[in-house]
Amino acid sequence: MAKVAMTVNGRKVSKECEGRTLLVHFLRDTLSLTGTHIGCDTSQCGACVVHMDGKAVKSCSMLAAQAAGAEILTIEGLAANGELHPVQAAFKANHGLQCGFCTPGMVMTAVDMINRYGAKLNEQTVRENLEGNICRCTGYHNIVKAILAAAEDMGAAGRQAAE
Amino acid sequence: MYATNYHRASSVADAVKLQSSSDEAKYVSGGMTLIPTMKQRLAAPSDLVDLRHIAEMKGISVNGSRVRIGAATTHYEVSTSAELKAACPAISHLAAHIGDPHVRHMGTIGGSIANNDPAADYPSAMLALGATIVTNAREVAAEDFFTGLFETALEAGEIVVAVTFDAPAKAGYAKFPNPASRYAMAGVFVAKAGNGSVRVAVTGAGSNGVFRHAGLEAALAANWSADAASGVDVDASDLLSDLHGSAEYRANLVKVMAKRAVAAA
Ligand SMILES: Cc1cc2nc3c(=O)[nH]c(=O)nc-3n(C[C@H](O)[C@H](O)[C@H](O)COP(=O)(O)OP(=O)(O)OC[C@H]3O[C@@H](n4cnc5c(N)ncnc54)[C@H](O)[C@@H]3O)c2cc1C
Ligand code: FES
Ligand code: FES
Repeated sequence: MAKVAMTVNGRKVSKECEGRTLLVHFLRDTLSLTGTHIGCDTSQCGACVVHMDGKAVKSCSMLAAQAAGAEILTIEGLAANGELHPVQAAFKANHGLQCGFCTPGMVMTAVDMINRYGAKLNEQTVRENLEGNICRCTGYHNIVKAILAAAEDMGAAGRQAAE
Repeated sequence: MYATNYHRASSVADAVKLQSSSDEAKYVSGGMTLIPTMKQRLAAPSDLVDLRHIAEMKGISVNGSRVRIGAATTHYEVSTSAELKAACPAISHLAAHIGDPHVRHMGTIGGSIANNDPAADYPSAMLALGATIVTNAREVAAEDFFTGLFETALEAGEIVVAVTFDAPAKAGYAKFPNPASRYAMAGVFVAKAGNGSVRVAVTGAGSNGVFRHAGLEAALAANWSADAASGVDVDASDLLSDLHGSAEYRANLVKVMAKRAVAAA
């Protein structure tokens, strides 16, 4: 066991864990942040996506120790002051989820791609950037719609703030 | 996953020292191959030495025509580097199509070539660009580096520190991804050097890993065009046959990917 310290959703945490503890287990079992899901054993489904230092990563495919010292953002850290994040709101408005199991990873992936592409995001780019996220329910159309709607919303919000 | 001890190296020298303190230690960079393998209990290193935070192994530099990519540079960084896109857009294009965004944020060029998966993308670029693999101990030509399936010239404890190559006059990469894994069923990297010589490397299709194709090289050296690639005979006898496709199917894919790579160059 060794001490692993990182910042999770803006809060500094420091906990004992084994060298082999995966980041996703650290988040779910040690910190009780169960919003991040585990959907596969093959690093392919993306249900476990969180951000590390601002970039989307698969928390099932890295050790907690690899994330020591990093800033981690999980689905629990998106909503601010009781208000859904624009991407969460867009998933709700566009019916971008059915069972909801893939949704935390989809939303974190969506926020990451909107951060990277901003207003340049189009349907093809969204679909390409969903390569690492599998959904068994929706058929993806409404997820793509939700992400494009959120990107527009956030672009608009950014423009308003700039004016 | 079996138990393991994690260590974070601060320099190449520190990494070598940490690694040598145990017989069963392994380096980890992005972990995008190693951690899933450990989860399946197919690898069980007693110790992991993390190379991801070593400053001297990171970054991209272009000096005249000489390109250097640090081994700990991620696929994402290679795919988005403005300098690299100007000097050798084909390698940025290649990196942009490895796996998915999350894999690209973690996976590194050093990890990919040290692993030498027969379906990985980077080995073909290294071979076609005539790259040099710089380790903590020596410099190895790509030609001598990739020695077989998951086999390289690396000695125990040796670290890939960087890769270097001369920016080509023209280069292109095309892969036919396995629809499930996105690894190459066949990937072809074509490169024309400043002096006009042509190298063509094929990944995903060879039963002994990445290889150069003499027939495609000769045809493209004589006439750099997709049509010239169409006329080449690609022998199926040394190609992979598995549940994803027969050797004959892959032979045809190699030709089609070569044509697409030239068209993209
Ligand atoms: C879902 C998924 C899809 C993928 N799709 C593709 C794809 O389409 N194409 C493709 O090419 N790859 C693909 N990959 C593999 C990915 O590119 C890996 O990032 C890469 O193969 C290994 O790089 P890494 O930095 O993650 O290495 P690690 O997993 O950290 O290490 C791999 C091996 O190399 C050794 N090693 C690491 N760094 C060094 C070094 N600097 N010197 C010496 N030894 C070292 C390690 O000890 C280990 O044995 C995919 C992976 C996943 C999980
Ligand atoms: S649980 Fe991480 S990719 Fe499936
Ligand atoms: S909503 Fe059920 S898996 Fe995506």
